[in-house]
Amino acid sequence: MSRQSTTSPHVRILEEDSPPRMLHYGEGFLREPLPAGTRVLYPKPPMEPVDDREAAIRYAINHPEGDDPLYTQLEPGMKATIAIDDISVPLPPMKTPDVRQTILEVLLEELDKHGVEDVEMPIALALHRRMTEDEIERMVGSDIFDKYYPDQLYNMDAEDDDNMVLLGETDYGEEVEVIRRVAESDLLIYVNVNFVPMNGGYKSIGTGLSGYRSIQHHHNPQTIRDSDSYMDPPESALYDANERMGETLKDHVDVFHVETALNNKMFDDPLMFMARPEEEWSSADEMKFKSMKWATDKAPEAAKHKAFHSIPADYGVIGVSAGDTEPAHEKTLDQCWQQHAVEVDGQSDVVIYGIPYESPYNVNSILNPLLVRVMALGYFFNMYRNKPLVKEDGTLIITHPCHDEFHSEHHPSYIEFFNRCLPKTRDAGELAHRWEEEFANNPNYIEMYRRENAYHGVHPFYMWYWAENGAQHVGRVIVVGAQNDHVPERLGWESADNMQQALRMARREHGTDPDISMMHHPPYMVADVQ
Amino acid sequence: MHEALETTDAPGGAAAFYDVDGTLIQTNVVHAYAYYAINSPSLLRRISSVASLVAGLPLYWIADKFDRRTFNEAFYSRYEGFSKDRLVLVGEEVFENVIRPNLYDGAEDLFERSGDRGCDRVLVTGALEEITEPLADYLGADAYVANRLEYKDGVATGNLRKPMMAGANKALWIRRYCEDEGYDLDQCFAYADSGSDIPMLSVVGHPCAVNPDFELKKTARSYEWPVLNFD
Repeated sequence: MSRQSTTSPHVRILEEDSPPRMLHYGEGFLREPLPAGTRVLYPKPPMEPVDDREAAIRYAINHPEGDDPLYTQLEPGMKATIAIDDISVPLPPMKTPDVRQTILEVLLEELDKHGVEDVEMPIALALHRRMTEDEIERMVGSDIFDKYYPDQLYNMDAEDDDNMVLLGETDYGEEVEVIRRVAESDLLIYVNVNFVPMNGGYKSIGTGLSGYRSIQHHHNPQTIRDSDSYMDPPESALYDANERMGETLKDHVDVFHVETALNNKMFDDPLMFMARPEEEWSSADEMKFKSMKWATDKAPEAAKHKAFHSIPADYGVIGVSAGDTEPAHEKTLDQCWQQHAVEVDGQSDVVIYGIPYESPYNVNSILNPLLVRVMALGYFFNMYRNKPLVKEDGTLIITHPCHDEFHSEHHPSYIEFFNRCLPKTRDAGELAHRWEEEFANNPNYIEMYRRENAYHGVHPFYMWYWAENGAQHVGRVIVVGAQNDHVPERLGWESADNMQQALRMARREHGTDPDISMMHHPPYMVADVQ
Repeated sequence: MHEALETTDAPGGAAAFYDVDGTLIQTNVVHAYAYYAINSPSLLRRISSVASLVAGLPLYWIADKFDRRTFNEAFYSRYEGFSKDRLVLVGEEVFENVIRPNLYDGAEDLFERSGDRGCDRVLVTGALEEITEPLADYLGADAYVANRLEYKDGVATGNLRKPMMAGANKALWIRRYCEDEGYDLDQCFAYADSGSDIPMLSVVGHPCAVNPDFELKKTARSYEWPVLNFD
């Protein structure tokens, strides 16, 4: 086995007597020994958060990047709109007060001070599900909720034809359609939570406030194939399209961003050992892990689900930047990279991920098979800079039970996609051609998106496309611990009963001495592959 | 049995079938009868109709829970003695005063989107045709089928003409409609609120429970049918 050299303290090379590694396994855990020579990438420790969030926000809006201070842009009688990122970030939801609450408190006070009374706060859902009242209240705090919901604080509706406005087209013919309130505002303030480098910037304004008519121009198989890493905006065709569309929006409305970068403190202190190398675990840590594993192995699915989804994360704010889209986002990206980038030397034949219980699209919901796939081939695969951690035609080994289970209120169209479309083809282009329009225009799904808490009918297609560059790059995916055969098979994956069997299968492809890496997340990291 | 108001060439070759009471409107046939009863020209008859309607409500409720067909047979016997002219005339008023104000906002949007998608929009209801026709006109439905009273010398006998629009008969009618129009049932949509409408939901490829009762909610959950709740 060839060994890559690395100087990063966050990469461990396993030895013969190294302890087994912890892997997330949906709403549970596995503990698996991995071969000597395996590189294991660990997240960096959480960066120190700012002491006073409110002061950091005030400083940022008064000293913005590439723009005038916010107060100089405010005047009585103006129409201001504050767009807010939805529940898809961060993961899991952060402990209260959510940073969005603090930003809104500062902004609303500032607007009030300058006589701006016409203020609305749409939640930038695009085609995501509507947030429930409880979720909104948790995100913005009771005071703001009680005062503004639902007239001035509300879920946007991208299918309300009377309230969507076509602003124009980019030079590439991409239609830019946004909610009417934004189109008719004097100032749009966009409140971002930047959890990973993909979030924020032009992606927020290009996608977050638009609907199917606009989003279809970049959420399609070709754009995703042309995007190197979503986490590296300069290499992302997806980000380019969003930039063009965002610029078109800015021709019509002044835009002021407030972006916040979070650290990666996903767990409370007693559980932070899970983010550290297993060699460093104390006896108490081992005991805690064994107890958690025993409990999750034995507990009924519903109890585990409830337990996992009720634990918020202890994220800290590591920076706030405000002002013009690009320079503010550049600053945020720097902070994100500092927190998340883990340098590693070269690619591997085999990469191992444990798939946890949550993705951006199943907060308080179920990680259904399509979301398991998008976590593996969409998000985790794309957690790289420069080049993917796994070699072209390499093998991904993931751990997840892959239950055939969907949340019928949140993901109704996923059910039809999985059971009607996928058995016929897995080809993203063919899926798009045969069924995307039908699902996007299905009246049932449109009304469920508008009035219930369902993702838009087209969303499962986007999930399938989202994994397209990963699916094109890797040779095979082996899932360890699937509780049935048909889910992996329908996703085009192979199954293994355990990690050792999966590694044997990988060796048959890559020889007896493959380069193996494991990304030990969450907490999430981005492999900076040199 | 069904009356085509106008023909539309649905490009997708599909239709959307809507139950009415509880699905598109938050009222039911009892309200319609109440309107007829209250607006009866004879005071004596008015009092006795309303009183007997109120007295019979628990029985109708039980009959409805037991079997929609039994309910219809029992309930429509109340129309015995109404003249056809009067029912048509008051049907317009029932629509304006009872039906239209109770249309769900979401239902109108849903109806409109089905049309945008190129579907024939068809009302399939156990209500009377005298009430259904103005609703179909208002919504711009492509067709409707409703229950029809039997008349003798222009006066309702209290019996319904066969086949009665309820339960499996709705499903059968939908199947035949699609055969006649050349539509693929798998491509069609159906919307209903009641467990008694499970047959009509089961024959199409895109069923959707709207404001479902307990029985339909249970079925919708089991089969993972979409569920809509209109206010």
